[in-house]
Amino acid sequence: MTKRVKDEIVHDHNNDGVDRRGFLKCMAWAGTGALCVMQGGVLKSYSLSRLSDLGASATAGGELSFVQISDSHMGFNKPANPDVAGTLKAAVDKINGLSVAPEFMLHTGDISHLSKPEEFDTVDQILKGAKPKDVFYVPGEHDVLNDDGKQFLERYGKGAKGSGWYSFDKKGTHFIGLVNVMNLKAGGLGTLGHEQLEWMEDDVKHLKSSTPIVVFAHIPLWSVYPEWGWGTDDSAQALAYLKKFGSVTVLNGHIHQTMQKVEGNVTFHTACSTAFPQPQPGKADSPGPMKVPAEQLRSVLGITDVNYITGQHALAVVDSSLA
Amino acid sequence: MRRGVCSFVLMAIGIAAVAMMGGGSRSSVAKAGQPPASNAEVKIDNFSFGPATVTVAAGTTVTWTNRDDIPHTVVSDDKVFKSKVMDTDEKFSFTFAKPGTYSYFCSVHPKMTGKVVVQ
Repeated sequence: MTKRVKDEIVHDHNNDGVDRRGFLKCMAWAGTGALCVMQGGVLKSYSLSRLSDLGASATAGGELSFVQISDSHMGFNKPANPDVAGTLKAAVDKINGLSVAPEFMLHTGDISHLSKPEEFDTVDQILKGAKPKDVFYVPGEHDVLNDDGKQFLERYGKGAKGSGWYSFDKKGTHFIGLVNVMNLKAGGLGTLGHEQLEWMEDDVKHLKSSTPIVVFAHIPLWSVYPEWGWGTDDSAQALAYLKKFGSVTVLNGHIHQTMQKVEGNVTFHTACSTAFPQPQPGKADSPGPMKVPAEQLRSVLGITDVNYITGQHALAVVDSSLA
Repeated sequence: MRRGVCSFVLMAIGIAAVAMMGGGSRSSVAKAGQPPASNAEVKIDNFSFGPATVTVAAGTTVTWTNRDDIPHTVVSDDKVFKSKVMDTDEKFSFTFAKPGTYSYFCSVHPKMTGKVVVQ
């Protein structure tokens, strides 16, 4: 086994009430061990060697930890990764090996590659091997092919609204799962739609502004690279509803690489795929699967481990490669 | 026994005759001044339709072939035609009977757009 590479970023929105317009956009390849760093109080980063320090303070204050996995693309079998079941299993092994067992998992979509029942079945089977038993899903565009998301809703959308959006609370943190892969319009990006936005406005209206918010959806809710469709047309409206909150973290998938951005009190984060990497924005002719040498593949796939530290309003986001 | 063989042969001849007639009637339509039934190809490569605009005569069948490692669809903006999802090397065909401009896109990757102009 090659060594584990961890990049850690702590978002600390707790230390002032000043209207910070701090902005940072940076990017890290999970596999290279590159670290996203921002100075000035909004976001801090810790190297792997300092993880143990955080662990001690986090457990002292009580903590919530969960894992984000994304883009399993079960059924994909092209050269970029002929064994997506194997790499998903590796992700599960990695989750089971975390020092603090996560309470649950979020899957940010593209569970399947072609929306086939057996693809969903395989993922379900593999995820049953994970220590966290609860998995919260939002669909990717690959999960709603041919049937407008009917199968996805039947499998994963029990109790969800509309095409599969919902919210829940865990240890004082409010989680909102959004669907932005339905009814896509020619030439457009991801779409949330009027009905979902209205629901969301109502969902957060009565929450205290001190409530930490975690929003998760498949396609990024910020403009990563619209030329490749990496953004959501009406995400600004959704984010407007979250302006009053001190700590907002947005978790997305879709682009098969890690990226972070901090804008005001919102931290955006995209996760790696457990299946295959995609090129950096504009660095290839298209966003198609990127073929990397077999021995490098697991270094560009991964999981995201998120720790919420009660009382500090900070979320630590750790990306782990599967290498 | 002999009768059985005989009727089988006759049946086969009958099928051949129908097939020939079918071929004949198609060519006679073309002679009557309408454009011959023809075909056009659109390839999907690197998340784009090539060519992005095809201009064809009415009656032409356009066939899209997905040559990407990622599935795509072909859906007209006003739902005149809509493919199932096409995995790598899968095809979708549609015959354009009426003149007009048909804009279409990939409903999975809506940044992918194309046009069929039928004259």
